[in-house]
Amino acid sequence: MTTSKRVALTFPHDQVDKPIVYHLIKDYNLSFNILKANITPEEEGKMLIEISGNEDDYRKGMDFLKKQGIMVDPEKKEVKWSKDKCTQCSACISICPVEAIAIDRNTMEISFDEEKCIACELCVKPCPPRAFEVRL
Amino acid sequence: MSKQIRTIEEINEKIKNGQAVVVTADELIDLVEKEGIEKVAKKVDVVTTGTFGPMCSSGAILNVGHTRPRIKIQKAWLNGINAYAGLAAVDVYLGATEMPDDDPENKVFPGEFKYGGGHVIQDLVDGKDIKLEAVSYGTDCYPRKKLSTLINLKDMNEAFLFNPRNAYQNYNVAVNTSDKTIYTYLGVLRPHLGNANYCSAGQLSPLLKDPFYKTIGIGTRIFLGGGIGYVVWNGTQYNPGVPRSENGVPKRPAGTISVVGDLKQMNSKYLKGVSFLGYGASLNVGIGVPIPILDEDILKWAAIKDAEILAPIVDYSDTYPNLKSDVIGEVSYAELKSGKIKVQNKEVPTAGLSSYPKAVEIANELKDWIKKGEFTLGKPIENLPGPESGIKFKPLNERPIKNGGK
Repeated sequence: MTTSKRVALTFPHDQVDKPIVYHLIKDYNLSFNILKANITPEEEGKMLIEISGNEDDYRKGMDFLKKQGIMVDPEKKEVKWSKDKCTQCSACISICPVEAIAIDRNTMEISFDEEKCIACELCVKPCPPRAFEVRL
Repeated sequence: MSKQIRTIEEINEKIKNGQAVVVTADELIDLVEKEGIEKVAKKVDVVTTGTFGPMCSSGAILNVGHTRPRIKIQKAWLNGINAYAGLAAVDVYLGATEMPDDDPENKVFPGEFKYGGGHVIQDLVDGKDIKLEAVSYGTDCYPRKKLSTLINLKDMNEAFLFNPRNAYQNYNVAVNTSDKTIYTYLGVLRPHLGNANYCSAGQLSPLLKDPFYKTIGIGTRIFLGGGIGYVVWNGTQYNPGVPRSENGVPKRPAGTISVVGDLKQMNSKYLKGVSFLGYGASLNVGIGVPIPILDEDILKWAAIKDAEILAPIVDYSDTYPNLKSDVIGEVSYAELKSGKIKVQNKEVPTAGLSSYPKAVEIANELKDWIKKGEFTLGKPIENLPGPESGIKFKPLNERPIKNGGK
């Protein structure tokens, strides 16, 4: 059985400089796509990745990460869209890199798919009525 | 000019009797395709239009009432945002793009401009209390020098929107050919033609449906921000002489309207403070203009489709800021609304700053008002000047100031 999951990884500051994720490929035969990565001012590393592979390998890989002191959380849906605040202008539509924001070309109405959203936050500030909100 | 079919007076009589036939500009297009101009012209009395987009040249005139003792307000701030007070004692004008004195603006680029004049106007309309601070120098008749109080829209004597330039007849499609992202009043534009942003309701937009201003003029009654308003003058930067397509529709930004309406009637559904990253704050204004079908020509124009309305593609990394006149190309609103256009052989994703669903809502709301007999048509005292007027939108001719300006 293969699986594909999005997880948020939090690296404590003493692990930030180590090539840990690399072991997921080498030792656990998992492939991954980095959706977002940054180091916070507290020197914590945060990474949002989509991991694909055999379910057994996935479980072992996650166990490995936890043993290294890395926090593994299912992806938190961080960006919320307020239909109320949205004026249906579509300024966000060409900014979203993963087509989480869709538009019905007949009515020109906007919709937001939280499942597809990778919480990159690119849409948040360019939205004129600020209808997107980041929730941690 | 085609033969007159009906007069505004006749239409108003029908509206009062609940017999007027009213359709939105969208519905009209379908109707004309099915039945033809001649038949539809006989049947339809009024076509409603709508638009909802950022209209920076907007603001509100407020008379906040006199204090005891009186103050001649010389400087005023509403929720920390400066309102122009160089008028009579307690009249102020709050502009949509004004920012708080202590806003970081673009000092850390791109600035967020989270709360500006447009947001205060929205809060007023939402019935929220607003903080008014004012200062003056004091006179014998107006002795007070300082004021700090909460105010509310419902307590004001007069509060009316007075927008010098709204409802642009057509607008630029903004692109960026440079190699860095730019932040404009038409949104965030990515480098190397990464996206194209437009700002018009196209086939629903009021002035695009009456391209020669045959029915719109001073005194035209309109839907404004959810209430009733009026066209009071041509808008600023009025430019009717731009190139036009064969069907008469301007291919560049052309006509504009100056509008007035009672803020107390308005609704934040149709009046919304907005923020443009790296540019500033503004106000989204909802406007709907009814077009009386007085003859077949007026109907023909009102039935013009997105595919027949062309907008200019303008480079906002160079052409626009440097006031150059060249245009990269022209594209129809049908293409813009499809989500992709071709610019310099590159497929470019499009996005709109003007809300089409809101424009539809406004056109329908205005239609309902007219059908219910709540809204009759205003007969213009003067029509807006057409291309024959020779009016041209001029740049500033800068002249050096010599001898200290004396």
